[in-house]
Amino acid sequence: MKITQISVFLENRKGRLFDVCSLLGENNINIRALTIAETESFGVLRIVVDKSNMAVKLLKDNGFVANLTHVVAVEVGDNPGGLASVLKVFADNDVNIEYMYGFVEKFSDKALLVFRFADTDMAQQILAKNEIKVVTEKEIEGL
Amino acid sequence: MIWKEQVECADPADLKNLQSDYLRKLTAYIYNNCPVYKKKIDDAGVKPENVKSIDDIKKLPFTTKVDMRDHYPYGLFSTGQSEVREIHVSSGTTGNPTLVGYTKDDVKLWSDVMARTMCCAGAEPGDTIQIAYGYGLFTGGLGFHYGAMEMGLRIIPTSAGQTARQLKIMQEFKPRIIACTPSYALYMAEEARDMGIDPAKGNWKIGIFGAEPWSNSIRREIEELWNMLATDVYGLSEIIGPGVAQECPHKDGLHIFSDVFYPEIINPDTGEDVAEGEDGELVITTLTKQAIPLIRYRTRDIVSINYEKCRCGRTSPRISKIKGRTDDMIVVRGINVFPSQIEHVLVGIEGTQPYYQIVVDRKAHKLDEVEVLVEVEERIFSDEIKELKKLQDKIRKEIGSVLSIGVKVTLVEPKTIERSMGKSKRIVDKRTL
Repeated sequence: MKITQISVFLENRKGRLFDVCSLLGENNINIRALTIAETESFGVLRIVVDKSNMAVKLLKDNGFVANLTHVVAVEVGDNPGGLASVLKVFADNDVNIEYMYGFVEKFSDKALLVFRFADTDMAQQILAKNEIKVVTEKEIEGL
Repeated sequence: MIWKEQVECADPADLKNLQSDYLRKLTAYIYNNCPVYKKKIDDAGVKPENVKSIDDIKKLPFTTKVDMRDHYPYGLFSTGQSEVREIHVSSGTTGNPTLVGYTKDDVKLWSDVMARTMCCAGAEPGDTIQIAYGYGLFTGGLGFHYGAMEMGLRIIPTSAGQTARQLKIMQEFKPRIIACTPSYALYMAEEARDMGIDPAKGNWKIGIFGAEPWSNSIRREIEELWNMLATDVYGLSEIIGPGVAQECPHKDGLHIFSDVFYPEIINPDTGEDVAEGEDGELVITTLTKQAIPLIRYRTRDIVSINYEKCRCGRTSPRISKIKGRTDDMIVVRGINVFPSQIEHVLVGIEGTQPYYQIVVDRKAHKLDEVEVLVEVEERIFSDEIKELKKLQDKIRKEIGSVLSIGVKVTLVEPKTIERSMGKSKRIVDKRTL
């Protein structure tokens, strides 16, 4: 099950992250997960929100460059070695991870991680075969 | 249609006779009426009676922008101010502004060459033209206005700015022709999309764009966006304003109205003619003007010239699009840099729209640095940093190889580079030279 992530281009300028977050906040959109990848002059903000279509339209209408990407949210045991056991499955099956980051909140006693794979479909098959739980779009909306 | 076929399609020998006749009269006229020119001609050791044919123009001295400024405001006039009917003033970035004046006959001449200009672009009597060049001290708006009146167009004098209104007027009155700066045409397309108007379905079918140098890449961009024919108009206020040269729909050079604006292409360093087709500085003599006729005016625009008869039937020579300036070009670490070179690279790299700015700075270690700011558009944006870095690197390498100097490329958010209603600001030079 894929979920939707929004990526936003940000210049390294004072207040730009604030601009995005306050815009979403004012429109009652909740950020579930967030990460920023940066270079010396620009960054890419990646977020998972409860209303992604609305959020991406809102951002574009306000002059941001934003797009939607499919990512997979994986449940990982919240204990030492929990993440390692999932990563081992990927390593053993030659699944390439482009990047990953954690959720802001949990909705069970497990930790949640967002993965962006080079090949999302293949990664999903491997996850299913190994009975690793992924989170659905509906569950994200209901968080 | 061709507005003044007898001169625009004249036999070259007949044209030469006409030009020779005009030059004889002009030389005597300014010698007797303009003390500044009398002195210049005396200093060059020439007597007006020695100027017999157009080829003798080489004996006459050049006129430069510096002459215009040194003799501000009235020194270069050959008539008294009581005969002047209109003046235009351009802002001076250094020192005095430039003043130009027109007698009633000069305005007639201007109307005539502008009527030729619009016909050359493909206008037909009865068409409607939206004139979005600034009206006022800038020559663009009124020059088009006079020409459109002369050739019988319906004029919508919107002047520049108020973009939303420009677009509404386009939709309501359906003008087939738009006249404005190329950067404003691009800007309006962006605004149209923001307003939910598809520019490709716009009413403008012919654009007459000028007042700033623009490349063929920008032309393609405008033609695709607006689904129109985009033509280049050339002019400068010192000569008359717009109406010096204009592209026909073949878009293979700009026809210069050489029966009244005699062109020479010279090597800017030696002052000697360059061969036909070679790049050089455009020098123009206004053969028939009255108020401020100029002899061998150095335009500082780099062009080449082609004397072959055009497919459109005109024999008037064609100058290329402006390839650069002898002065505005920037020299960075001894290398001449023209914005068009950078633009060419950006458009060549798929998906990059040509909104960019070149910033030149000289830091503490005293080496000039060039930074190119490029706006990131949605179609090239990726959620992966490595893709954006790849794009940045590609632009950096290609510009570096075209210019032979290293540049820094910075990706910036859309619409953060300053747009202008008039001339676009492609270069920001922060150096104190």
